[in-house]
Amino acid sequence: MELVEVAVIGAGPAGLAASIEAAKAGAEVVLIDENNRPGGQLFKQIHKFFGSKSHMAGIRGINIATKLLEDCEKFGVKTLLNTVAFGLFEENRIGLANKDKKSILRAKRIILATGASENVLNFPGWTLPGVMGAGALQTMMNVNRVLPGKRILMIGSGNVGLIVSYQALQAGAKVVAIVEAAPQIGGYGVHAAKIRRAGVPILISHTVKKVFGNDCVEGAVIVRLDKKWKPILGSEKKIKVDVVCLSVGLNPLTELAWMAGCKFVYIPALGGHIPIHNWNMESSKKDLYVAGDLTGVEEASTALEEGKLAGLAVAESLGYLKREKASKRKAEIREQLIALRAGPFGELRRKLKEPFMQGDEIRK
Amino acid sequence: MNKGLKFTGVISEEELKRCPGYPSEERFKKGPVAVIECIQEIPCNPCEAACPFGAIEIGEPITNLPVLDEKKCRGCGVCISSCPGLAIFTVDMSYSKTEAVVSFPFEYLPLPKIGEKVKAVNREGRIVTVGRILKIKNSLKNDHTPIISLAIPKKWAAEVRSIVIPQNKKERK
Ligand SMILES: Cc1cc2nc3c(=O)[nH]c(=O)nc-3n(C[C@H](O)[C@H](O)[C@H](O)COP(=O)(O)OP(=O)(O)OC[C@H]3O[C@@H](n4cnc5c(N)ncnc54)[C@H](O)[C@@H]3O)c2cc1C
Ligand code: SF4
Ligand code: SF4
Repeated sequence: MELVEVAVIGAGPAGLAASIEAAKAGAEVVLIDENNRPGGQLFKQIHKFFGSKSHMAGIRGINIATKLLEDCEKFGVKTLLNTVAFGLFEENRIGLANKDKKSILRAKRIILATGASENVLNFPGWTLPGVMGAGALQTMMNVNRVLPGKRILMIGSGNVGLIVSYQALQAGAKVVAIVEAAPQIGGYGVHAAKIRRAGVPILISHTVKKVFGNDCVEGAVIVRLDKKWKPILGSEKKIKVDVVCLSVGLNPLTELAWMAGCKFVYIPALGGHIPIHNWNMESSKKDLYVAGDLTGVEEASTALEEGKLAGLAVAESLGYLKREKASKRKAEIREQLIALRAGPFGELRRKLKEPFMQGDEIRK
Repeated sequence: MNKGLKFTGVISEEELKRCPGYPSEERFKKGPVAVIECIQEIPCNPCEAACPFGAIEIGEPITNLPVLDEKKCRGCGVCISSCPGLAIFTVDMSYSKTEAVVSFPFEYLPLPKIGEKVKAVNREGRIVTVGRILKIKNSLKNDHTPIISLAIPKKWAAEVRSIVIPQNKKERK
């Protein structure tokens, strides 16, 4: 059985950043991802990213991924693609499977950066072809260059719903409406504004009642909600659409962390159950670190910083970094994270994460 | 009715008045100037570094709103394509006696042609007037965010922020 120093599971921004930091410090790193190319969410993101100029804001997600991959290569990170990590077992053993074979990899330290998966919403007709997640629509349009429909109804006005709607317009579809159950728009105003300029209505306090069609989506009925989020009878409206796209939040992909026996907290505003960790991104299990959307659904910018923290902490614990040097860098990254979590959109996330994100003594 | 960006996706007049990226009336009269329609404290700052004249300040923390120094701003438009929110425009009220020029980011294809007459829309996507395409900037530096400059009747300068999205010719028939 092969023994490596560091295994990173998930090659999104968090996993890439963690791999780069650990490898840069001198550790041997193996990065594992189930897709045929690394990048995680970033490869679908053709829009320019928010964040701080010093952290690649204003650059398109796909180009951020390319830059991270170059760094991985530069520092000798070994990548295993098309490979699923299906289990974590005793003594830091990771079960891996690809098309051809199953294998077990042992690692002195493991960093989980598995990201998050999309929530679904059920309503009559939700199993009809044409009802899909925003991630699916985005992958079809931006990676596979297929437009699954001409008239789209978007459910949910968070940043994902707004951005994917924008990309659907760019791809040549008509976004008939965005409906949002809450009494206000969830995502950033600037994203909402560019959708409105393109003539797309955003209907707050509205939801989808049902979707109909013979073999696939032919239309939907939307309905207005009252203050208690109850449908207002008589306010139903029938609209002609061929795609109903769900963008109703994400939840952390925690299976491997559960399997390893991590302690969890339940915080709905961060997407559900998340593994407890400290400022080193170390979980409650020895040698197991976590980073990115897995530790609470946020953004690529925060995922990158958390990944760096995990990478540094792992390198430090393996003796590749002196305490003073590591502490200095970690303090800088923490400052960044606090800044990224300021303001009306981030404040809540900071308040929810901070109570358990304490302590960064390296466990020997 | 709930008004304002958070409820409609359209920035309200009130909000524009309070917005530190919105130039004064006197400044508008003097010539081209940036209009930064960014009013929520989001963690974002590429516009600050983009301005070659130091006319945009965000500072620390990164969630501060962008503040326009209208004296320093020359209305060059360099900041427009740096903004991931597509929230920066320039407006030139001094273009001619009757016309103003609004420049805006436009990430849809096909791009219109110089000199073409096109339908101009307001912040709600409603067609309010017809404009004339003066210029399209789309250099490598724009990174696929072309900037369109559109001449329109002066009275619409505070409202027009884009043009109707072109339809694919093949499907128009
Ligand atoms: C439409 C959209 C727009 C966005 N826009 C922005 C933006 O403008 N700015 C911003 O900062 N953020 C943005 N984000 C958020 C950002 O993309 C995510 O927060 C970020 O990608 C999370 O990074 P991550 O590394 O934790 O996870 P991910 O990027 O999801 O990567 C996780 C990877 O792990 C793999 N994986 C999971 N489990 C296993 C397993 N068992 N075995 C092998 N591989 C596995 C997955 O396939 C995936 O490749 C956007 C997200 C979406 C959906
Ligand atoms: S228009 Fe030019 S001078 Fe004015 S803020 Fe933008 S980049 Fe700076
Ligand atoms: S770059 Fe755009 S969205 Fe970001 S702070 Fe500046 S104006 Fe606002």
